[in-house]
Amino acid sequence: MIRDITLGQYYPADSVLHKLDPRTKFLGTMAFIISVFVFHTMPGYAVATLFLAGMIILSKVPVKFMFKGLKAIFLILMITVVFNIILTPGEILWKWGFLKVTKEGLSMAGRMAIRLTYLVIGSSIMTLTTTPNQLTDGLERLLRPLNHIRVPVHEIAMIMSIALRFIPILLEETDKIMKAQIARGADFESGNLIQKAKSMVPLLVPLFISAFRRANDLAMAMEARCYHGGDDRTQMKPLKYAGRDYVSFLILVVYVGIAIAFRVLGI
Amino acid sequence: MGIIKAFKLGFDYLKYDDDGNVQETQRAVNDVNLDIEAGEFVAILGHNGSGKSTLAKHMNALLLPSEGTLWVDDMDTSKEPELWKIRQKAGMVFQNPDNQIIGTVVEEDVGFGPENMGIPTDDIWKRVDDSLEKVGMTAYRHHSPNKLSGGQKQRVAIAGVVAMHPRCIVLDEPTAMLDPNGRKEVLKAVRELNQAENVTVILITHYMEEVIHADKVYVMDGGDVVMQGTPREIFSQVDTLKKYRLDVPQVTLLAHELRLSGVDIPEGILTTEELVSALCR
Repeated sequence: MIRDITLGQYYPADSVLHKLDPRTKFLGTMAFIISVFVFHTMPGYAVATLFLAGMIILSKVPVKFMFKGLKAIFLILMITVVFNIILTPGEILWKWGFLKVTKEGLSMAGRMAIRLTYLVIGSSIMTLTTTPNQLTDGLERLLRPLNHIRVPVHEIAMIMSIALRFIPILLEETDKIMKAQIARGADFESGNLIQKAKSMVPLLVPLFISAFRRANDLAMAMEARCYHGGDDRTQMKPLKYAGRDYVSFLILVVYVGIAIAFRVLGI
Repeated sequence: MGIIKAFKLGFDYLKYDDDGNVQETQRAVNDVNLDIEAGEFVAILGHNGSGKSTLAKHMNALLLPSEGTLWVDDMDTSKEPELWKIRQKAGMVFQNPDNQIIGTVVEEDVGFGPENMGIPTDDIWKRVDDSLEKVGMTAYRHHSPNKLSGGQKQRVAIAGVVAMHPRCIVLDEPTAMLDPNGRKEVLKAVRELNQAENVTVILITHYMEEVIHADKVYVMDGGDVVMQGTPREIFSQVDTLKKYRLDVPQVTLLAHELRLSGVDIPEGILTTEELVSALCR
């Protein structure tokens, strides 16, 4: 059962968004998130909604996948809304004890709800159309300037991609160890939380030992294949902006321009 | 001079205590002399703990000798400042197929070595296409390594080494974790590389059946090279091999026993066909 877990939430499909350079998608997502916070009126949110709807259609990913991400933040969303409603000072509409609902509070809560929802859906579009590896590659390139302040960008990206490769292997191993322990009478199911946590110890110890052994082997295999850090390294699949990326950047600039114009004009 | 040459090679594993002082030393390889010619298929045999893996790691400069010298393509491994030049000449394939694949897609993994060597992108693609073709894994190039069988994974690992265009490939028990089918696949790929591309192959193993096609066999025990010669020379000494806790191929053993009980056949029979023709003579 444990092997069914897929990492990330990549949804394979053949769409323009899938083909875009991961850097474009990442910057686009950032621009969209900023725009959602720049817009503060209903016409503004209408523009953002249109943009988002357009992206969802372009991505060819079924809409229900977009909303999956919302489940995870439902609680945070509710807390934000409730606190905004009862704690914003202003024109009182309804009062009970020290709790009061204000007009400003309601509009603020509505705005925060829209912002959070769009933020999550916006980033879901990115993760649904980009494989974890592409994302890592894209981030490595985008963060490359940080090399100048001695952030080991290449190494961090390498760590991430190796982790991605080994997660399924370690999951499989966990499954194997678990079955071996169950076969010898271990009980992972019953008992309260503390007992359950305790029963995990005989699972974690062998798992860690094997992970260290694998890490050792892998390091040796990488060295044997001439790995010596990011210097003088070429790439098999270097990221290159194509025509569609430039078009996307143009659209993004126009979109962010609209957002700023709305804010300045106060619409 | 051969592609790999060792002179009085010795290596100690050191055990440190908590203060970083050497607590005890353990001799893993002792006074080994090797001379491997380019294009040869060499097998190194030995029981567990005989020092054969330690010796293999020297050929790739993963370990540096404590004593003596080892030359790879005329480069002294303990004096070369850029070890990766040696590693490019002598590629290495390890035992566990899972722990040596770095890429999440087959073709990306094969490209990992050339990427590290700073090969231009177009050439990397050429090398990847080429090496996948040589090990017969082209059909799987877009697959995830996790979905492949052990033998296929090991062939991907071999392709990853071949893509670096090494002059010699060291295989450290590449078949130990495979089923018989995977073992055959891997050995076939290795033999083809040796014959078609003239790549020097150094196969470390404890399966006797894998070494009967080798040009030269070294037998190691307790860190020493105790026997060397052609497979026929080695396998004609069944009793000496038994002393080093090594089995001989079943056919050889049968021929040996037959000879002991008085049948007139020569020593060192390696294949069933040979035994049949010797008996029918």
